[in-house]
Amino acid sequence: MIYFNNVSKIYNKDSVALDDVTLTITTGEFVSIVGHSGAGKTTLVKMILADEVPTSGTVFFESINVPKLKNKDLTKLRRRIGVVFQDFKLLPNKTAYENIAFAMEAVGKTNEEIESDVPHVLELVDLSDKMYHFPNQMSGGEQQRLAIARAIINQPELIIADEPTGNLDAVNTYEIVQILKKINDLGTTVILTTHNRGVIDSIGKRVVTMEKGKIIRDDKNGKYVI
Amino acid sequence: MTELKRIIKAGFVNFTRSGIISWAAVLVVTITLTVITTIILLNAVLYFSLNQIKDKVDVTIYFTVGAPENKILSLKDSLQNLPEVQQVSYVSAEEALKLFRDRHQSDYPTIQALDEIKDNPLGAYLNVKAKEVSQYESIANFMKSDNALVLGSASIIDKVNYNQNKTVIDRLNNIISGAQRLGFLITLILVIISIVITFNTIRLAIYISREEIGVMRLVGASKMRVRGPFMVEGAIYGIIATIVTLILFFPATIYLGKTMTNFLGLNIYDYYLSNLFQISVIILLSGVLLGIFSSFIAARKYLNK
Repeated sequence: MIYFNNVSKIYNKDSVALDDVTLTITTGEFVSIVGHSGAGKTTLVKMILADEVPTSGTVFFESINVPKLKNKDLTKLRRRIGVVFQDFKLLPNKTAYENIAFAMEAVGKTNEEIESDVPHVLELVDLSDKMYHFPNQMSGGEQQRLAIARAIINQPELIIADEPTGNLDAVNTYEIVQILKKINDLGTTVILTTHNRGVIDSIGKRVVTMEKGKIIRDDKNGKYVI
Repeated sequence: MTELKRIIKAGFVNFTRSGIISWAAVLVVTITLTVITTIILLNAVLYFSLNQIKDKVDVTIYFTVGAPENKILSLKDSLQNLPEVQQVSYVSAEEALKLFRDRHQSDYPTIQALDEIKDNPLGAYLNVKAKEVSQYESIANFMKSDNALVLGSASIIDKVNYNQNKTVIDRLNNIISGAQRLGFLITLILVIISIVITFNTIRLAIYISREEIGVMRLVGASKMRVRGPFMVEGAIYGIIATIVTLILFFPATIYLGKTMTNFLGLNIYDYYLSNLFQISVIILLSGVLLGIFSSFIAARKYLNK
């Protein structure tokens, strides 16, 4: 589904974010990308969204050459991917309901679909009672659950979760991981970046380990080894 | 259609939720529109005064005593046909005498002297008004060149007061074109300054939302879906600012109308009222376009991600 071929990202001589990375991710996989801060995890996943462009090498999403995409097609690609960030990246001026409705509006869903689906997905992440709260009226865990609800609402083919538990306590972390596993069980490909040992060990699926912009390990049913 | 409705609704919701930032932008747009309205009114005063001065300028052609009326009338006709001429009025010798008598009613010795002469010592004259002050010279040149004026060897024209007035007319002409140029320049500078300030305020309002714009794009929203609500907000700034400006100018012009009419020669309040529709259209268009255009440009910076 996703193919990185000899991808490098060099900002300048002293700052190499990715160094000749080759990686394939197949449909339905749950891949955890682990490594210390600055290992290149976030840069790697940003390339799938064309939020970063490689200095050399190619990035393919199925048959789409991502860095070469025109603006209009880029919008279409992003609609096929749900994204969850460490800092949630919710729209601060919109309520929980409107944050999710916005993602549905973006892909052209009708008002009827929005009215029926939004309460449903909020129930799924246990936020029914916070429907009309603004993000700053919610806890970190609640905001992240809202971000996940937004990411899955359009039934994307791929979920990218970039350090989704970085700002959360143990209980909330556990909940988020369980939700991601459930999404994966339903057939959606999930890419998770993290440096949380407990998270990786509890998932027990493929683990790609990065260091200084390179992939140093790629284990099926892996553990956190650095 | 649904997309457009959503964009407009989002614009209104953003406007109300942005609170103080929205009102700061409205304030700045209001100031810009106030400057534009002030300039419109000042221009009206300037043009009114200039027109009044221009109206006082004319050229009179005095004819010799006994000049045949048909010659004078044929000259009147050929003057009337000149494109520069606005109006030519003919005053016959008899009328000239009557006007003279009226003017000197209380000047007994003059009237007595006139009575003693018995014959009418005054000639007829033509009063010529040009469309533009600058055109008097070409009218004067025309009269020099026209052969129809010559009666035998002696001209029927006694004198033309253009040459006496020439210096005054020339100076006036310079002052008028100078005032117009200066007015235009000041207008241009003030309008540009206001636009730049408004543009920067709106840019600042959108700068605050730059992360939001990035998130919307990542969620897969089209450029128009992200930019649209900001443009709607810009239009709302313009509409509210227009209403505020129009209301503010009522007490201001009433006050100026009461106190300054004698000085300005024009009742600003009457002018404002009778041109309210045109002024509203001008500032509404300026405000709305300025808001939409500034938002469009400002949002563009954060959209290309």
